[in-house]
Amino acid sequence: MSEIATAFKPWTRAEMAQRIAADIPDGAIVNIGIGMPELVADFLPQDKEILLHSENGILGMGPKPSPNEVDYDLINAGKQPVTLLEGGAFFDHSLSFAMMRGGHLDIAILGAFQVAVNGDLANWATNDPNAIPAVGGAMDLAVGARNVFVMMELLTKKGESKLVEHCTYPLTGLGCVSRVYTDHGVIDITPEGFVARQLPPGLDLDALNQRAGIAIRAS
Amino acid sequence: MIDKTRPDTRSCVADIPDGATLLVGGFGGAGMPHELIEAVIARAPRDLTIISNNAGNGTTGLAALLAAGLVRKVVCSFPRQADSFVFDQLYREGKLELELVPQGNLVERIRAGGAGIGAFFTPTGYGTPIAAGKETRQIDGRNYVLEYPLKADFALIKARRGDRWGNLTYRKTARNFGPVMATAAKVTVAQVEDIVPLGALDPEDIVTPGVFVDRLVAIGTGAAQ
Repeated sequence: MSEIATAFKPWTRAEMAQRIAADIPDGAIVNIGIGMPELVADFLPQDKEILLHSENGILGMGPKPSPNEVDYDLINAGKQPVTLLEGGAFFDHSLSFAMMRGGHLDIAILGAFQVAVNGDLANWATNDPNAIPAVGGAMDLAVGARNVFVMMELLTKKGESKLVEHCTYPLTGLGCVSRVYTDHGVIDITPEGFVARQLPPGLDLDALNQRAGIAIRAS
Repeated sequence: MIDKTRPDTRSCVADIPDGATLLVGGFGGAGMPHELIEAVIARAPRDLTIISNNAGNGTTGLAALLAAGLVRKVVCSFPRQADSFVFDQLYREGKLELELVPQGNLVERIRAGGAGIGAFFTPTGYGTPIAAGKETRQIDGRNYVLEYPLKADFALIKARRGDRWGNLTYRKTARNFGPVMATAAKVTVAQVEDIVPLGALDPEDIVTPGVFVDRLVAIGTGAAQ
């Protein structure tokens, strides 16, 4: 490991979430996936109106309720109690997935196991034969949202890169990811391949390429 | 005179036979018709096929139905959850068949089943293991997968209020699959908090028109689990 790489401190999950939140434009309709992306909701800028969609039938989802406001008929995709903003709406699952599949959401933020250089996404199953598969709404978001952002750490716990030439895990969607927010920087997926959009202080492109084990170009 | 109200949950599910296919509403606990499921468990039809978004949480609702050993097959989008231990064990023991369906395909297949659609092409799942062996087509440069409708013998759903014609309103995100599932079964049973006189529901607020509902039973206002 080079000196540069050892001096560098990866972004925390909160820093990754902040970065994503800052990139969401005013007026955007956004679906935040369950798991790590849920952090993004904590950093949405107050000076912008961003409407959160939840697959189970909410547009205009609000933050967590206070303990005395908890209502288990008002939950998010992760089945946690939430609130509804003024102007928010409820609707059935058919309409909710029409919003997703029909291209009415501006951004979906999803977790991932792997993202390939062509934008293929794998985020619903591993090849572990003992794992129980569950797909939920991920495939609908992958094909339907106008922009699919992935939030994930660059490396697995074993140190393998999650940015890959070809996904080896079962696919969620083909060529659907446009940008990946990692703890090692923000990487765009372009027709020319992975392009580094922003790197954490102390990490240069060579060190990133070394860690990712795949070509990432300068922007 | 049309009166679809029933005095109790037992009489709503008394004719569910062995081998029946059941649509069961709910997303997690919200909209889960717990009391109707309890009545199904008491009647104990065997070899059921359950179509629902999840495969049970904790030990109540669908989880209790699975634990009772009455279910042969589950069609759902998201069985694995932090508290899906009942399903997990039965599945690992090979006692349950699972058909995993992406959530949007699940609801659209049910919608198609209730709306008289023969099949539909959807982009969801194209190129993934979900689409393996299925017919595909390119339309306007985009790839689609052919998916077939889902129908059931019974639909068990939870709504907020109903009247004797079967008109239903819902509450917040407990609406989820209810309105769609109500359309796709030979017999749709709704449990509601209360049954109100005809005309008491604002027609602008009715989400499920009574034509889709065969039986309804008042449960009272129990908080969702």
